[in-house]
Amino acid sequence: MAAERVKFTFPPDLVNTPVIYNMGKEFGVVTNIRRANLSHDRGWVILEVVGTPEAVEKSLSWAKEQGVRVEPVGAETTS
Amino acid sequence: MTTTIQAPATPPGVGDRIRGLQCRECGQLYAAEARHVCELCFGPLEVAYDYAAVASSMTRETVARGPQTLWRYRDLLPIEGERVVDTRAGFTPLVRAHNLGRALGLRNLWVKNDTVNPTFSFKDRPVSIASTRARELGFEVLACASTGNLAGSVAAHAAKAGMRACIFIPSDLEPAKIVGASIYEPTIVAVDGNYDDVNRLSSEVADLYPWAFVNINLRPYYSEGSKTLAFEVAEQLGWRLPDAVVVPVASASMFTKVHKGFSELQQVGMVDSGTVRMIGAQAEGCSPVVQAARAGSLDVQPVRPNTIAKSLAIGNPADGYYALKIVQQTGGALEAVEDSEIVEGIRLLARTEGIFAETAGGVTVGVLKKLVLAAKIDPDEVVVAYITGNGFKTVDAVAEHVAPPLRVAPTLTAFEAAYARSTAERGH
Repeated sequence: MAAERVKFTFPPDLVNTPVIYNMGKEFGVVTNIRRANLSHDRGWVILEVVGTPEAVEKSLSWAKEQGVRVEPVGAETTS
Repeated sequence: MTTTIQAPATPPGVGDRIRGLQCRECGQLYAAEARHVCELCFGPLEVAYDYAAVASSMTRETVARGPQTLWRYRDLLPIEGERVVDTRAGFTPLVRAHNLGRALGLRNLWVKNDTVNPTFSFKDRPVSIASTRARELGFEVLACASTGNLAGSVAAHAAKAGMRACIFIPSDLEPAKIVGASIYEPTIVAVDGNYDDVNRLSSEVADLYPWAFVNINLRPYYSEGSKTLAFEVAEQLGWRLPDAVVVPVASASMFTKVHKGFSELQQVGMVDSGTVRMIGAQAEGCSPVVQAARAGSLDVQPVRPNTIAKSLAIGNPADGYYALKIVQQTGGALEAVEDSEIVEGIRLLARTEGIFAETAGGVTVGVLKKLVLAAKIDPDEVVVAYITGNGFKTVDAVAEHVAPPLRVAPTLTAFEAAYARSTAERGH
């Protein structure tokens, strides 16, 4: 099993789309939301994605294809 | 499938000064180990101190007896032993900038000249702390993801500490920066990809290898080093707070730590209470924090950097939100300048104070000038401008903007003719 901690940042056109639900359903990964900040036109969600390594990788690639910015948690640049 | 979250037990601190690492979001406390993300909410961790314990041992006199380096403030730094990695970083000059002040219309302007650190940037402050803590925690390899300046500092500190170093850089990094790190003989890994790719790979390596990545798993200790920029300014002003400071903003880590430094000095009774207006400076070509401030939002939207100020080119700053909160709390400001203003800022600082700054320094001076012209800084305020890196790191940014030398035949006549022409052109 693999577990990835990631931050999803949603553009305005995806704020009302159930991206995380669809991702779990499509790829069989478990999503566990830890923190979030969403408004009517923007937002981010910090979550853990758990599943087989292949499923986790494919699910995150799919999320990016949808237009979500996906970053590993704690890997934000400090410079 | 479910994931069970178990709250960590109350951890031991470090001595009686340091309570441990605390989540900035949910407040959960952890042992002072190599960890940077909260297990509960994935929020960032920072060092928590027992300020009463610090106040009982730290006085102006004990500081004055300390070395002429950042280690004179060790009571407020997250290390436990006596054996520090000492490259003589910090305690850099605070210059009374009469000439620059006159040019800008400020009567109490000071420049914190951090260009003179051992590897020529403020990075030696956080890396001194991180390398010392890494050794205390038993690590043998010091590592980082870097775009250049950090690479040199990490490699130098590893050399001094007798540690191995592994540095991850983008493969298209300028040769001068690679040489600036390679000379200390670290292992340099040039990654085919952009800085985000380097960062991602480094995080994966940090998860698998028992290495101390200064800006990943040692980040809480690393970032504390920037507090010394505040400690020194207060001490060099005679243990008083400035009215305002101008700080370049990349990830905004330094910005938040300078603010934390001024706050801590008040908490331990080293200075009288007061508010330092925190002013953040960015390049327009990479100004996500400024853009959020202009929109009246605390939500920082990532941008794709496009500026000559490479050392500030972080499109998704980790501490942008916290910087915006600090600006609100202190009545400060956030402003950005164009690349042409950055170059002019570098030149202005050089010709008025004799200090050659890298592009981040040009951003600081450019923003200072802009805010004075907008009457957002009072001419009598005590203002400190932080100049955080040496101009020799970014010579290309100004190479086309300086006058060429007078080329003459080796005769007095030729010299005098050329010199007269030059003087006439310059008007003096």
